[in-house]
Amino acid sequence: MASIVKKKPEKQYRVVSRLGRIIRNLGMIIPVIVFVVLILTAIFAEVLAPYPYDETSLPERRIPPAWVEGGSAKHFLGTDTLGRDILSRAIYGARVSLSVSLLAIAITAAIGTALGIYAGYAGGRLDGFIMRVVDVALSFPPLLLAILLAVSLGPGFFTVIFALSVLGWAGYARIIRGEALRVRTSDFVAQAQINGVAGWRIMVRHIFPNILNILIVGVTLSIGTMILAESAMSYLGIGIPPPMPSWGSMVADGRNDLDRAWWISTFPGILIGVVVMSGNFLGDWLRDKLDPRLRQL
Amino acid sequence: MTRFIIFRLLQMIIALFGIVVIVFFMVRISGNPVMFMISPLSTESEVEILQQQLGLDKSYAEQFWIYITNLAQGDFGESFVKRIPVTEMIGDALPNTLKLGIPSFVIGTVIAIALGVLGATKRDSILDNGVKFLAILGQALPGFWLAIMAVLIFSVHFQILPAAGMGGIEYYVLPVCTTMFFMLPGMMRLVRSTMLDVLDSEYIKLARIKGLSEGIVIWKHALRNAVIAPMTVAGMMLAGLVNGAVITENIFNWPGMGRLAVESAFGRDFPVVQAITIIVAVMVLGMNFLVDIAYAWVDPQIRFQRN
Repeated sequence: MASIVKKKPEKQYRVVSRLGRIIRNLGMIIPVIVFVVLILTAIFAEVLAPYPYDETSLPERRIPPAWVEGGSAKHFLGTDTLGRDILSRAIYGARVSLSVSLLAIAITAAIGTALGIYAGYAGGRLDGFIMRVVDVALSFPPLLLAILLAVSLGPGFFTVIFALSVLGWAGYARIIRGEALRVRTSDFVAQAQINGVAGWRIMVRHIFPNILNILIVGVTLSIGTMILAESAMSYLGIGIPPPMPSWGSMVADGRNDLDRAWWISTFPGILIGVVVMSGNFLGDWLRDKLDPRLRQL
Repeated sequence: MTRFIIFRLLQMIIALFGIVVIVFFMVRISGNPVMFMISPLSTESEVEILQQQLGLDKSYAEQFWIYITNLAQGDFGESFVKRIPVTEMIGDALPNTLKLGIPSFVIGTVIAIALGVLGATKRDSILDNGVKFLAILGQALPGFWLAIMAVLIFSVHFQILPAAGMGGIEYYVLPVCTTMFFMLPGMMRLVRSTMLDVLDSEYIKLARIKGLSEGIVIWKHALRNAVIAPMTVAGMMLAGLVNGAVITENIFNWPGMGRLAVESAFGRDFPVVQAITIIVAVMVLGMNFLVDIAYAWVDPQIRFQRN
């Protein structure tokens, strides 16, 4: 009993040529390539980056990218206001974005899943309470909470993780609870209950495997959300403190130089966009594969 | 219905109290705010006097009691940095945020509904694909970056719109457009998908069989039912809008609550951050409350539900 029987979309019955299949799966292939490159970049940043991320060089400040007049091959994406190599900083920035968002996703997914399954399976007063907290958490502006936390805890790696996690679990809890409610009424759960299986064991062994698909889709879709949230915090200066580069803070670095050095802000933003889009595409693709009922767009 | 409203109202008050408690303790876990206000040369007696002035020498329980009674009277205390009442600062900032937020919300909603409906009715057309593309792009690109690119293009390159500050109508164009972008793609997607569901339903078929014009079927019968889904996430839209306001106000140097929040965060101005958080919490909870009521009014099943 791996999954509930579900209606297959008509599309799957259509005969598709090999080329058509590849094109249809581009939504998976390209994002996977992007993430593999990104993960390797984050791991091997020291090897790949031509310069250290904090090496300043005042004579070489605001050098445009290589293909623009005045640019040099030494600094492919140019340099910033302090003469730091933007490509190198972007490479190290991948490390920050990935580690922060993956850690935050692990925490939020674990908490959200546990509470969601419990609320959905056990029901009752506690379910009502958890769902009201979820309502509040989902509608509270995350950036404002991040500001509050940055004031009280001081900016830093763990403050960012904490700020992303405090509200982030709620989305998981809501979706997982819905699924748990659905699975709870299945025959195999009734069977287990009749056999006297303990509640926690039903949740772990019977409910959890059946919500796994949705969890995988949720995790993939939240990569983009987390990276965007982290970059917004870094942009405002309440993220990872300098000189450690984050894509968000790199955009902020170029804010006051827009009239003479457009490239400082432009490239990190494009990077964020590409990564987030990859996450979203991969999530959509997985959702279509694993759970066509959720298909939206 | 009255029972339902009272119950929800009670829940709202409890939630608000919870938030106030969390905020109160959160700003105090960082230690003594006086440490950020004194110079290294200050003597111990100076520190003590300052603590007394700010009421920080009392026990937490006492401080909390004073705070909550003041709060009940609409008094948020005094800014640590500027030494003026927080209510005064908020009174200056809130209208500016509303001047930015309300047009963004209204224009954003109208555009989202229009594009979502057009995308759904002309499925897989060029327009529909354009809407989808816009939604994908809008959900992937960071809002602060889009705002900066807008400044780069319209203020630096073409020099047709001001880059920052507040003034005539031309100062509103870029901030409103970028704030709007924080809610537009999500709402557009939602309207489009619910519209697709609604167009598939029996009563739409009936309306068509009755011979109503396509315009009336879509814009009157279908749209009414398709906007209920976006309405239920109005709370989340508001959160997106506040997020947007925090970002855009800081980029465009707009003297609203978002900029005040970030400025106060850097100055460790606890009472101001506290007040802004609580005011936004009230707005958010109020919005959820109204949505619940509206929803119960529409759907009796919710109204008569126990628990």
